[in-house]
Amino acid sequence: MEPFRTLTSAAASLPQTDIDTDIIFPARFLVITEKRGLGRYAFHDRPDLTIAPGAAILIAGDNFGSGSSREQAPWALADLGIRAIVATGFGEIFQSNCFKNGILPIVLPAAEVARLHAAAQDGEPTTIDLRTQRIGLSHTGAISFAVDPARREALLEGLDEIARIRTRFAPAIAAFETAQRRASPWLWSNEIG
Amino acid sequence: MAGTLYDRLWDAHVVATDGDGQTLLYIDRQLLHEVSSPQAFAGLRAQGLRPHRPATQLAVADHAVPTHHRDRPIADRQARDQVALLEANCAATGIEYLALDGAGQGIVHVIGPEQGFTLPGITLVCGDSHSATHGAFGALAFGIGASECETVLATQTLWQTRAKTMRVTFTGAAGETVTAKDMILALICRIGTGGATGHAIEYVGDAVRAMSMEARMTLCNMSIEAGSRTGLIAPDDTTFAYLEGRPRCPSGAHWDAAVAAWRGLASDADAIFDREVTIDLALLAPQVSFGTSPDQVLPIDGRVPDPAACVDPAARAKLERALDYMALTPGTAMTDIAIDHVFIGSCTNGRIEDLRAAAGIIGTGHVAPGVTALVVPGSGAVKQQAEAEGLDRIFVGAGFQWREAGCSLCVAMNDDRLPDGARCASTSNRNFEGRQGKGAHTHLVSPAMAAAAALAGRFVDIRER
Repeated sequence: MEPFRTLTSAAASLPQTDIDTDIIFPARFLVITEKRGLGRYAFHDRPDLTIAPGAAILIAGDNFGSGSSREQAPWALADLGIRAIVATGFGEIFQSNCFKNGILPIVLPAAEVARLHAAAQDGEPTTIDLRTQRIGLSHTGAISFAVDPARREALLEGLDEIARIRTRFAPAIAAFETAQRRASPWLWSNEIG
Repeated sequence: MAGTLYDRLWDAHVVATDGDGQTLLYIDRQLLHEVSSPQAFAGLRAQGLRPHRPATQLAVADHAVPTHHRDRPIADRQARDQVALLEANCAATGIEYLALDGAGQGIVHVIGPEQGFTLPGITLVCGDSHSATHGAFGALAFGIGASECETVLATQTLWQTRAKTMRVTFTGAAGETVTAKDMILALICRIGTGGATGHAIEYVGDAVRAMSMEARMTLCNMSIEAGSRTGLIAPDDTTFAYLEGRPRCPSGAHWDAAVAAWRGLASDADAIFDREVTIDLALLAPQVSFGTSPDQVLPIDGRVPDPAACVDPAARAKLERALDYMALTPGTAMTDIAIDHVFIGSCTNGRIEDLRAAAGIIGTGHVAPGVTALVVPGSGAVKQQAEAEGLDRIFVGAGFQWREAGCSLCVAMNDDRLPDGARCASTSNRNFEGRQGKGAHTHLVSPAMAAAAALAGRFVDIRER
């Protein structure tokens, strides 16, 4: 995963609420089994929701990415160059999927998001610094944001999650399995070997 | 200290914590399907990894599969390749795959319980948001993305953040026309599509205890439409009776030990939940969605609301856009809305009891002129059971199409897709814009309400039938 540290870009503003993952990536394109090159299908049926080329930051409406768990939604946004999304709230699975793909989803109060929409609509460049957890607007000062520390570290370092679990937690997983096999043997009765 | 069912399930699966609020959670079971797994298998291959415990994985194709002509190769090349890729990935990794032409095929969330793959007390994940369905068995089940599918394949674990808890209590006795579908739609209408975000819901109350497993699955299934990844119901004798003897269920001494352990899976009477919601069933009417979000729901005797009455500009804009897309006029009685398509099926309402409820409405009636009505069983086993009971003859005799099992018109990824402007009474779970086809209008209802709409060509208050 590509590390995320600091990002300065024009921001796109899509203030409509409840933009679900069906809108971001319509179901009929889910027969594609790749995860690259999906940007052309983003918002395919909603020409009113376009992201201007060059915008790496998306300021969204409430409950962005609700609905289906399809990771094609963040893959398509990533393919368009989106690296950060700001909203008052996200669909939880979408939010988790963003972190897995180097996209930073930031939750802020409504007043702050409204300010960012206004700045985006004015074409004001926005800087997001994950190290200091601040969003800087070139004209009107900074906004602090919170992010889960473990997810922040993973983004900053571009960590490979599977490798990290395998190298650091293999003994803990093995110990869990030994204990569960003893306590709940019925969960292991189909195991081969 | 008193604990909730969610706490118990969570605490039993902690492998490690990172000190920053994230927990490495052990995953007991994963269901795989053709849409969210190809990229996970590709990632595994790229790292030279094999599945950690292949016996804990079960795969089936459901989203892209056609619901007719199953004896022929899939006509759509991309769908054919996608299904073949799942089969090949399973063969290469030692994961059991339920073949498309076999008796075990069906929608992941229908076949998991049918196979006894879903069990109380386990953690279960699937790359599909309706994985909350399996919480009906007292399992901690939640939907994930393809990257997380890969992590589970490789490590049997996931980093997760503990959710807050929400208890939803259904009080009072429901009328006989009010189903689990009406209950969950009423809840989503009450709390909104983001109402349970960050919370795990537990459903309680005498009405829940009295429910069949099919109804409990419908209730838990749409927890995601309320914003929650997880819906839970404590297991009881109804749960155990459903599971006993199923193919992948423990048997003999294992069964007895398992049931003894499962009886402890409940919230303490004095457990504290972060949020409480109570819904009285006594006054609940059958529900119909009118908009493009699952919280835009009305009782069948209601009228399409007027955006002009909204004080909040954002709420007004949302309602205006929804009515514009749905081509509905404020003030229209729901029973005056004509439909031209009916879909009975999906992981929400494609189970045997759903088909019985729909067939029970038909009597000597016939699908109204100009209405196309599809019945898509949730699994091959549901289809077989329905045919053994003669339900297929009732449907076909009344002018419904009787199809093979799959997700079909719920997600409209296969060739079952509504034309632009079509209006559908659907037992599925999402009325999103374009969900059943570009420009299609979807109204969410229970199976009985869908069948009644098919016969009348418009929505009907089934309490008056």
